[in-house]
Amino acid sequence: MIKTDIVIIGAGPVGLFAVFEAGLMKLHCHLIDAIPQAGGQLSEIYPKKPIYDIPGYPTVLAGELVDKLMEQAAPFKPGFTLGERAETIDELPNGNFVVTTSQGTKHEAPVVMIAGGLGSFEPRKPIIENLSDFEQNGVNYIVKDPDQYQGKEMVISGGGDSALDWAVYFAEKNGLVHLVHRSDRFRAHKDSVAKAYELEEQGKLKLYTFAEVKQLEGKQQLEKVIIETKDGTVPIETALWFPLFGLSPKLGPIADWGLEIEKNAIVVDTFDYQTNRSGVFAIGDVNTYPGKLKLILCGFHEATLAVQSAYKRINPDKKFTLKYTTVQGVQGFD
Amino acid sequence: MSDINITVIDREGVSHKLAAPTDMNMNLMEVCKSYDLPVEGVCGGMAMCASCQVYVHTDKHFGERNDDEEAMLDEAYHVKSNSRLGCQIPISTELDGAEFELAPEES
Repeated sequence: MIKTDIVIIGAGPVGLFAVFEAGLMKLHCHLIDAIPQAGGQLSEIYPKKPIYDIPGYPTVLAGELVDKLMEQAAPFKPGFTLGERAETIDELPNGNFVVTTSQGTKHEAPVVMIAGGLGSFEPRKPIIENLSDFEQNGVNYIVKDPDQYQGKEMVISGGGDSALDWAVYFAEKNGLVHLVHRSDRFRAHKDSVAKAYELEEQGKLKLYTFAEVKQLEGKQQLEKVIIETKDGTVPIETALWFPLFGLSPKLGPIADWGLEIEKNAIVVDTFDYQTNRSGVFAIGDVNTYPGKLKLILCGFHEATLAVQSAYKRINPDKKFTLKYTTVQGVQGFD
Repeated sequence: MSDINITVIDREGVSHKLAAPTDMNMNLMEVCKSYDLPVEGVCGGMAMCASCQVYVHTDKHFGERNDDEEAMLDEAYHVKSNSRLGCQIPISTELDGAEFELAPEES
């Protein structure tokens, strides 16, 4: 059991800033996120896009803002459970909450802050009839632990960064990659596309453009992937297919946590961004209230106020006054 | 007033007549959201998701798919030859009277 003061569900910009604000009040935080890196949408959807409405930054790349927030939070030594989706929030007899993830990791704290943005990122799945039969049996939407695929022939589908990056990675290592894409335009960075064409010339990667995986065959384990191309169908004998079409956010289990939901967002009280469950707060894009704006800067404000109430819940009789960081600087945790 | 009128057919086949301003730098995805139509616009309008995909039911000419949009539609589902991303269609006078249909949700 991981124990902390505040369990933060969602390691996006608002969750990360909550760590900083909590740290100023000597509260420890632990973040949980379904994707394997911090930053939420900023890392997953638009790391290279400039943001223009962060006060004090005329322009900052989304990825850079995440790096800065990580740096700002670092003195307060946040814990991370990444690549695991928060599934349940249970209440203990002592009033604490236990947040359990998809992998069964348990986190106990007197306060939970949901900074879940648009929900958890789930893989976009292609439309193939018997797809679910082969999930866990050869079809993988995320590459976890790449070493286990060493020396194995595989098919990868997609035209974005993750498809191209992994195709290049495995082609260089294994030289047995079939990359399938619906057109000859790629969303991926042009360097990775150029690299893929280079590997094709070296015979390490076979590129199928204007092609799509249409059928899967196999008894239990995936055995064959059938690709439809402009020139007809191509069967490939392989036990591995990675459809890497990116991730899209789903509210997911948040809807089952006994919280008041309105238009896919959690209703909060603007006094302290607490939900209808006492001790459970919701900050950032995941919440709603009259006048709500889904802006990072509004999320920062919400995190700051929520943390004040969290302090009072955790330390009901302990006095505290707001301190300006200009006075004493930042005292991190040992 | 510089409003135009467009028609958007939702996923239940219900037709909505929407008045949209041409001077607020809006796009079709944003207009749909402002009328509470079930358009998600997950990426906020950067052509990085396909949650605002629409089918264009009109032969009015108001620009072609741009490169980012093409690349995104290459990976989207339910794509037809008349598919566009709503976020990449600016509201302009050329759109007056045009009709669009929301593409199915991905899942």
